[in-house]
Amino acid sequence: MSDLRVGIDVGGTNTDAVVLDAAGRVVAKAKRPTTPDVTEGLRAALDAVLAHLGEARERIARVMLGTTHATNAILERRNLGRVAVLRLGAPATTGVPPLTGWPDDLRKAVSAGEAVLPGGHYVDGRELARPDLDAVRRFLDAAGAEAVAVTGVFSPASGEHERLVGELVRDEYGLPVSLSHEIGSLGLLERENATVLNAALYGVAADVTGALVAALAERGLGARPYLAQNDGTLMTLEHAARLPVSTIGSGPANSLRGAAYLSGVADAIVVDVGGTSTDLGVLAGGFPRESAAAVEIGGVLTNFRMPDILAIALGGGTVVRERGLGPDSVGYRIAEEALVLGGATPTMTDAAVAAGRRPPDAPGWRVDTSEAIADMLQRAVVAADELVADAVDRMALGRADRPLVAVGGGAFVLPARVPGAGEVIRPEHGEVANAVGAAIALASGRVDTILPAGDSRSKAIERAKEEAAARAVAAGADPSLVEIVDLLEVPLSYLSEPAVRVHVKAAGPLTR
Amino acid sequence: MSDIPALARGCAVLGTGGGGDVRTGSLAAVRAIREYGPVPLVSLADLPDDALVVPLSGIGAPTVSHEMIHSEDEPRRVAEEVERIFGCPPSAVMSSEIGGSNGVIPVAWAAQLGLPLLDADGMGRAFPEVQMVSMYVAGLPADLVIMSDVQGNVVTIRPVDGLWSERLARAVCVAAGSSALMADYVLTAAGARGAVIEGTVTYALEVGRATEGVPDPLGALQGRLGAARLVTGKLTDVERRTTGGFVRGTATVEGTGEDRGRTLTLELQNENLVAIEDGRPLAMVPDLITVVDTETAAAIQTEGLRYGQRVTVLAWPCDPLWRTPKGLETAGPRAFGYDLEYVPVEELTAHV
Repeated sequence: MSDLRVGIDVGGTNTDAVVLDAAGRVVAKAKRPTTPDVTEGLRAALDAVLAHLGEARERIARVMLGTTHATNAILERRNLGRVAVLRLGAPATTGVPPLTGWPDDLRKAVSAGEAVLPGGHYVDGRELARPDLDAVRRFLDAAGAEAVAVTGVFSPASGEHERLVGELVRDEYGLPVSLSHEIGSLGLLERENATVLNAALYGVAADVTGALVAALAERGLGARPYLAQNDGTLMTLEHAARLPVSTIGSGPANSLRGAAYLSGVADAIVVDVGGTSTDLGVLAGGFPRESAAAVEIGGVLTNFRMPDILAIALGGGTVVRERGLGPDSVGYRIAEEALVLGGATPTMTDAAVAAGRRPPDAPGWRVDTSEAIADMLQRAVVAADELVADAVDRMALGRADRPLVAVGGGAFVLPARVPGAGEVIRPEHGEVANAVGAAIALASGRVDTILPAGDSRSKAIERAKEEAAARAVAAGADPSLVEIVDLLEVPLSYLSEPAVRVHVKAAGPLTR
Repeated sequence: MSDIPALARGCAVLGTGGGGDVRTGSLAAVRAIREYGPVPLVSLADLPDDALVVPLSGIGAPTVSHEMIHSEDEPRRVAEEVERIFGCPPSAVMSSEIGGSNGVIPVAWAAQLGLPLLDADGMGRAFPEVQMVSMYVAGLPADLVIMSDVQGNVVTIRPVDGLWSERLARAVCVAAGSSALMADYVLTAAGARGAVIEGTVTYALEVGRATEGVPDPLGALQGRLGAARLVTGKLTDVERRTTGGFVRGTATVEGTGEDRGRTLTLELQNENLVAIEDGRPLAMVPDLITVVDTETAAAIQTEGLRYGQRVTVLAWPCDPLWRTPKGLETAGPRAFGYDLEYVPVEELTAHV
């Protein structure tokens, strides 16, 4: 019988692993420190849940991994491949050539050369220019790259030129190639940046998927591996190998999706309290509300859709002082430092315990202190509650009836009532919500394009929906269960024919 | 001119929701300065009477120019056409509108042409239509429009008036893929005096710098602008519809904190045009209304307005030129189809 799923989330402090059964119940969970090389922490967390399972480990069908590997590689400029950066836009777009505005060190680490060559389309679908394949060959011959990134003007609406050049690169040069219409939405420079980062991450992706596959093989597990991506959905390793940049930002998304799953609430404010910080996000229809702002990764602007997250400097390890709260934290040293754990540093955990708030597994915790310290702890709780209430109010969209789902290892520090939110829900296993989020993630596909707003609008939108569903299936979703989960239309100005920018997202559970 | 980030922040604020995203223009400006050197900023007084000033602007849909970025050759082609027509090369570049992308990207055009940038513009903010410029209000004939597109096409239009220049330029722009570079009006320095709004590049820089590294960016911005704070709250509704080539819409801001219980609606047409509370206007065009992020005081464009954003709406007086009868006829509330008698923002908000 293959009915178990393993979710692993490699976070900044901890690596969490959970095992879910066919009914979606948590049957094992573990938290281990994240190690610098990531893989050791991953193995430790995996081994911990496997030990729990015993013989039942044979029943593991799938393993889903959320990881910060790609993000770290970009931030540390480590293991990045050298990319030939090719834009199909000439005679347009020469005013801002590729990689303008990139930090010099990242550009040096990534770029094997940049070119703006003929190609791309107008907003109405006409060609800007025919691609000049000989010019592409001359550029690639000179670049000596390990991978190629191709970005065509208006490719999210017309990807033909990118595909043409992509075939040439694969057939004649045998190099991996990132095509921008598979990666980002409208906004040439941001999409191009994401495409170049994607091409630079092929080696990193191979390392991560290799480590996961090896860890599973070493343990004799025949489970199918997947990676989590930034919208809280999954992709197959083949897909991840092609689109590694999509794994960036999977952590908060997993935590939100896990919170929705564990609480059974689809519309809520999720507050994930960790050791050093608290992340707030909003669930709408079971998915994270996305940020409207462009996302900067390693100093480079991209147009990924990321969860709208508000982070505040408050966690279980936040240090309490006479003059107030933190923002510093004892972090992973909380087990030695906190007063309730026999240490000498008053922390937010101590303040919460003094106020009668305890984790469910530590009912015996109590704080014995002088009156002065008790006063200080009491003030800290008041200050923390105000911080949380203010942050909740900032995320709440004018609705105060939405429940608040409290997750993360420090969820117990939250009060029983939070102004600006409805009931406070503390789901069982909430401390490993992000690993649960990875385990239950769906496969998805997106389309972002410009369509006519006239009579042909509804047909065009239907086509966009079909394309998004097809992309979800390509990412591993069950074709019979794929649904459209997001549809956004924004009318465009200054066009002769009315047009709308359409964003469609489809998602569905993985094929059995 | 080299402080592009501050200029961009200031231009975004003066964009009153429109004028296009400043990011691409900023990158173009930074890159051009690196390639061609910094751009001198000159005032009208620095120029001889017969010096030619070319007011330039990008025309088209912001979403298009964000994707089909302009060609580096466009400004050169406009300058060559100016020289063909006038018999001498231009002496300076001017931004037609200081608001939004069109306030920042002229730095790139000036650098590419090796010309100084005039510390002035034709709006003091952003407006959606070609004739809504100070030169038109000052009575200069709108009898010449030069346009250049990404392919290298150059179109010279000799319209009979400002309304035709808008109509014809728009048609050319659509044919060119909804994005082009345009010089509408070529001015001599003598003719520009009194017909342009002076000092606006410096002003945009100051507005941008006001929020740099200060503990209270919103307060600093409000103080620098001398603006009234119409409401602080969150966006609870954004409704958009396309009519006649423009996106019109309504955004609703529900007050939070001290403003709890108040509801402000903003009427939009690319730019923020009228702010209304309980059926009563609190500010209207041509006065400036800008939506900023409450936390960072960064301006938010109308196309970027999203449900749930935490915003503050600021409003402050326009240049006196827009309050003249011709100014109000050109860009007052009735020019945008609102049946409202113009009342200055400082009178409407006297009690706020």
